[in-house]
Amino acid sequence: MRVKIKVGIRYTRGDKIFLTIDWILLVIFFVIILYPLLFIFVSSISAGTSYMRLSLVPKKFSLEGYKAVFEHAAVWIGYRNSLIYTVSYTLISMFITICCAYPLSRKDFGTRKILMALCLFTMYFNGGLIPTYIWMRQLKLINTVWALLLPNSLSIYNMIVMRTYFSTQIPEELHEASMLDGCSDMRYLVNVIIPLSGPILAVIALYYAVGMWNDYFNAMIYISDRSLLPLQNILREILMVNVQHNTSTSPLTQQQIEDIAKMEQRAELMKYSLIVVSSVPVMILYPFVQKYFVKGVMIGAVKG
Amino acid sequence: MKNLSHTIPQANKKSFWKKALFDIRRHYQLYLLVLIPLIVIILFKYVPMYGIQIAFRDFKITKSITSGKFVGLKYFKKFFNNPQAMTYIWNTISISIYELCTFPLSLILALLLHYVTSRKFRKVVQMVSYAPYFISTVVMCGIILQFLQARGGLINLLLNLIGIESKNWITYPSAFRHIYVWSGVWQSVGYNSIIYIAALSSVSMELHEAALVDGANILQRIWHVDIPSVMPTFCVLLIIRCGNIMNVGFQKVLLLQNNLNLRTSEIISTYAYNIGLNSSGSTPQYSYGTAIGLFTSVVNLILLVIVNKIIKKLSGSGLW
Repeated sequence: MRVKIKVGIRYTRGDKIFLTIDWILLVIFFVIILYPLLFIFVSSISAGTSYMRLSLVPKKFSLEGYKAVFEHAAVWIGYRNSLIYTVSYTLISMFITICCAYPLSRKDFGTRKILMALCLFTMYFNGGLIPTYIWMRQLKLINTVWALLLPNSLSIYNMIVMRTYFSTQIPEELHEASMLDGCSDMRYLVNVIIPLSGPILAVIALYYAVGMWNDYFNAMIYISDRSLLPLQNILREILMVNVQHNTSTSPLTQQQIEDIAKMEQRAELMKYSLIVVSSVPVMILYPFVQKYFVKGVMIGAVKG
Repeated sequence: MKNLSHTIPQANKKSFWKKALFDIRRHYQLYLLVLIPLIVIILFKYVPMYGIQIAFRDFKITKSITSGKFVGLKYFKKFFNNPQAMTYIWNTISISIYELCTFPLSLILALLLHYVTSRKFRKVVQMVSYAPYFISTVVMCGIILQFLQARGGLINLLLNLIGIESKNWITYPSAFRHIYVWSGVWQSVGYNSIIYIAALSSVSMELHEAALVDGANILQRIWHVDIPSVMPTFCVLLIIRCGNIMNVGFQKVLLLQNNLNLRTSEIISTYAYNIGLNSSGSTPQYSYGTAIGLFTSVVNLILLVIVNKIIKKLSGSGLW
C-alpha cells in the first residue's frame, strides 16, 4: 500500500519565480501542441472561408467537408483495406514475434546467441530498397497483400523488447517448477508465459497496429492495383496534389479566378475533414495507446 | 540448479556440432518455434542482401541478378562524379545536424513537467503532447502543406500578425529545413520526453532531500542533482542519434518534396529512390540506385560501430 504524503517544501523567492516561468512555458507549449489540432478540427466543420481566421469558433457551422469525404468512394475502399491489413498484420506479426522472442529469452536455449546475432545484424544493415524490391518481384509478391504483410512482419526492436520482458519479468523459478512437473517447452509458453505477459503483448500489438495503419511507403512501392491500396495512399493522393497550384503565372479572368477559388475551397474543406476522419481509429484507441506506449518506452529503455 | 543435474542429461565438453545436436534434441519444440521467424528473416532480410551485388553489375530487370556484366565501382564513381552529389550529401547532413540541435528540447520539457506543482495540469499536458506522435507521416505532411498555404494557411495567418507577407512556404528552398525539423519537433518532443520523465522520477529522493537541507533552490537542484542523474540516458540517446546522422526521415522528405524546393530537399535516400524506382518516363536505374543505397548503408554501419565503441567506453555495455 502506498501512503500519500504531502511533503511541505518551503519555496524560496527564486523558486517561486522559477515555478511561475515553468508554468508559463508549459502553458505556451500546451497551446502550441493543442492549437493546430483544434484548428484542424474546427476547419473541418466550418463552412466557406471561415477557416481562414485564427479564431477557434467557426463562423458558420457546416458538415459539407464530411459530406464530400463520405461521397468519395476511394476513401472507403481504402478504409476497409487498411482495417483488414492492420488486423491481419498485427495477428501475423504477433505470432512471429512470440515465436522468436520466447526461444531467445530461454537461457538454456543453446543457439540463442547465434540467432540473436542474426536478428541484430538485420537491424543495422539490410539489402536496401532496390534489391528488396527486385527480390519481391522474383517472389511474385508485387501487387499482392502479402507484400505488405510479410516482409516487415518481424520487427527486431519489438522482438527484443518482448524478449527482455520474458526474461526479466517472469521469475526463473516458474520455469524450473514447470519443467520439474514435466511441462514441455511449448506448453510452458502457452500456459505460463503468455497469460503472464498481458501488458507487453498489448504494447507490442499496438506498436504493430499503429505502424501498419500509418504506413504508406510499402504500399506505394509494391501495390499498383487501386482497389488494394490502403487508406494512407488514398490520403496521399488527395492531400499531396495541387501543391504548386499557386505558382502558375498566366493571367486569368475574374470568373476563372472565382471558380478556382471555389474549387480550392471545397478541396481544402475536404482535406481537413479527411484528416479528421482518417485519424478516428487511432483517436478512439488513443487513451489505451498512449498508456501502453508509455509502458513500452519504459520496457524498451531497460535494454537501452 | 545443482541438485537437478542428475535428472536432466547434461552435455559434456563436446564439439560444437555435437552440442548443437544435443540441444536440438532437448529443445526440439523451441527450434520448431524459432524456425518460423528464422524463415521470415532469411527470406526477407538476408536474401535481398544477395541482391546488393547489382550495385557492381549492369543489371537489367528482365534478366537474373548475376547475369549482368561486372562493372566494378562504375556506379559509385558515377555518383561522386555527379556535380549534385555533394549537394545531396550536404542536404542530408545539414538536416540531420539541425535536428540534432533540437535534441535537448525533450529533456527540457521533461524537467519543466517534473517540477510543475499541479499534478492534474502535468497529466493533461503529457496526454496532449503525445497525441501528435500518432499522426501518420502522410497526414502530418498533409497538415504541413495546409498550414503553409499562401491562402488561409495557419502559419501564414500567424506570420501576417507580425507583418510578414503570405507565401507558399513549401516552395521556398530556404524554408525547407525549418519546416522539416520544427514539424518533427512538434510531432515527437512530447513522446521523446517520456524516457526522461521516467529517468527523473527514479532519481533518488535522498539526493533531493540532502540538497534541500543544504538550502539548494530548484535551479540548483536541477543543475546538481537531476542533470547528472539523467546524463547517462541523455548521452546514450544522443550518441545513437549521432550514429544515425545519414538517416533522415526519408518518407517524410519524399512527401514534402516538390520541384521548387528540390535544391534543399533532395537528400541521398530520396535521390536513390527517385532514380532507382520512381523514374517516371525514363528507365529506372536499378544498379545506380542500389550503389547509392549501399554507400549510405556502409557509412551508417561504420558510424554505428564507432558509436558503439564510444558507448562501451562510457557506460560499460554496448548496443549489442
